[in-house]
Amino acid sequence: MTTTPRPRRAPRPSWLLLVPALALLAGILLVPLGQSLLRSIGAPEFTLEHYASLFTDGVTLTVLGRTAMTAVIVTAVAFLLGYPYAYLMTRVGPRLRGVLLVIVLIPFWTSVMARNYAWIVLLQRGGPVQSVFEFFGAGDIVFQGSVVGVTIAMSQVLLPFMVLPLFSSLGGIDRKLLLAARGLGSSPLMAFWKIYWPLSRGGVVSGLILVFTLSLGFYVTPALLGSPQQSLIAQLLAQRTTQLLDFAGAGALGILVLVITLVLVAWANRFGGTISAIGVASTSRTKETR
Amino acid sequence: MTAARRRERGVDPIPWWLIAVGTLVALYFILPTLIVIPLSFSSASAFEFPPKDFSLRWYENFFTDPVWLKSLGNSFLVAILAALIATVVGTAAAVGLNRLTGRLAGFLRTLLMISMVTPAIVVAVAVYISFLQWHLTGSLLGYVLAHAALGVPFVLVSVTTALGGFDSTLLRASASLGAPPLRSFLRVTMPLISRGVITGAIFAFVTSFDEVVIALFLRSPTFQTLPVQMYNSVTFELDPTISASSSLVVVVVTIIFLVPLLIGSRKKTR
Repeated sequence: MTTTPRPRRAPRPSWLLLVPALALLAGILLVPLGQSLLRSIGAPEFTLEHYASLFTDGVTLTVLGRTAMTAVIVTAVAFLLGYPYAYLMTRVGPRLRGVLLVIVLIPFWTSVMARNYAWIVLLQRGGPVQSVFEFFGAGDIVFQGSVVGVTIAMSQVLLPFMVLPLFSSLGGIDRKLLLAARGLGSSPLMAFWKIYWPLSRGGVVSGLILVFTLSLGFYVTPALLGSPQQSLIAQLLAQRTTQLLDFAGAGALGILVLVITLVLVAWANRFGGTISAIGVASTSRTKETR
Repeated sequence: MTAARRRERGVDPIPWWLIAVGTLVALYFILPTLIVIPLSFSSASAFEFPPKDFSLRWYENFFTDPVWLKSLGNSFLVAILAALIATVVGTAAAVGLNRLTGRLAGFLRTLLMISMVTPAIVVAVAVYISFLQWHLTGSLLGYVLAHAALGVPFVLVSVTTALGGFDSTLLRASASLGAPPLRSFLRVTMPLISRGVITGAIFAFVTSFDEVVIALFLRSPTFQTLPVQMYNSVTFELDPTISASSSLVVVVVTIIFLVPLLIGSRKKTR
């Protein structure tokens, strides 16, 4: 953020303006997170057993693996659908582009519970989605209470995080380069692969990391559309806290998820576009999500 | 644009398959939102789509059942108070940060934004355990404080954007004319950044109004918000009143988001 340097006379009031926000953040986020960190290392007596048991209890690793797998599938779906959509956005006229942008943002401002309820109705046994698949001879796919349903619902709400960085990256590519390649005798596919794809890679990478990271923390969607036998990491965290009252173990698991998330976000940041994408998205709505 | 564009299209047309894929993806984006409203007018007591008969029974249920009404009232109360706190605190922080440079200021800005990338479930679990000790679960104060903290980053982003076009020499001019700092802020800064402040307040309100995960952990039999009641209605009770509640929430949020657009267009016509 660049600003004109302020006169040196009054630095103190500026810092004071930050105090209420920092106090609120500290009281509501940092202290509780700090407390769960302390609990997880067994304060006052230091121990790593809660972390060690995450890797040895046999459940956590399985659930982590399933969560990562789900996140990979969601990310792949979001990419396969988001890339052509973002590309189409760069090709149409300004008016239609505005419409397409509004459509991208609709999942954001549809209430979390309303959206999940709609997915329950659409994906339920004998529901409209299953009827469509039946028509094409694939009627035995189970949507509700399975990973398939969770993936469909999660990809939908995370697609904007793929489309927005992609759109900003694809929008900067000069299409004349493609026409030049075609003019020199290249096939369309070759021109895309050799010229367009490398230029779009920045947006692709930040979109992929962003969607993957955000999908790790989903709680409501898998709880409502998935099955308890195939729970994801967020459900495990909730269960350890409210049902098993294992606050130390839950603390360790929470800190692990938090560290993974922050590392991935910091990594995505290095490719640029990510924080600005979150910014754009935030002024249009972020939190689910989750 | 027109002639040149048309010529370009001749050489470089948009392929049909791209339009087809784009249309399907657009449908995927809007389908769940589209079905929410017709669903709420169904007369069936099970979740079904498309509805066979239409009725207003779920709206009647919603507006006569004290549990739903109280949850709705709580949601409005929490969201208004949380948005108020987040807006005041977030605007102050944005104005403060705008005047500061250096590494510490950059670090503090990142710190204030961190709740945007922290998984909600991790925050919810930590807040739940700490609030249990502080006796804040199931209370209005607990909900308001937690939601206010979530709203701050949205206010920070939108006010910072508004301050981007702000010329600080105006403040010096105002000071040289003898205005004390608070007066300068209210008479000079505030009118110029009011759009950003309103946008931030709206996002803070909607974030709280729609927040489920932390709300689920803070709920008690005596105090819960609308999203929590909606969650209960699909998990424990299978109560189709959620359909009326869903379409009400979608309509409320849409109206709230249209407010800044209306303000904007009125300003332009003036």
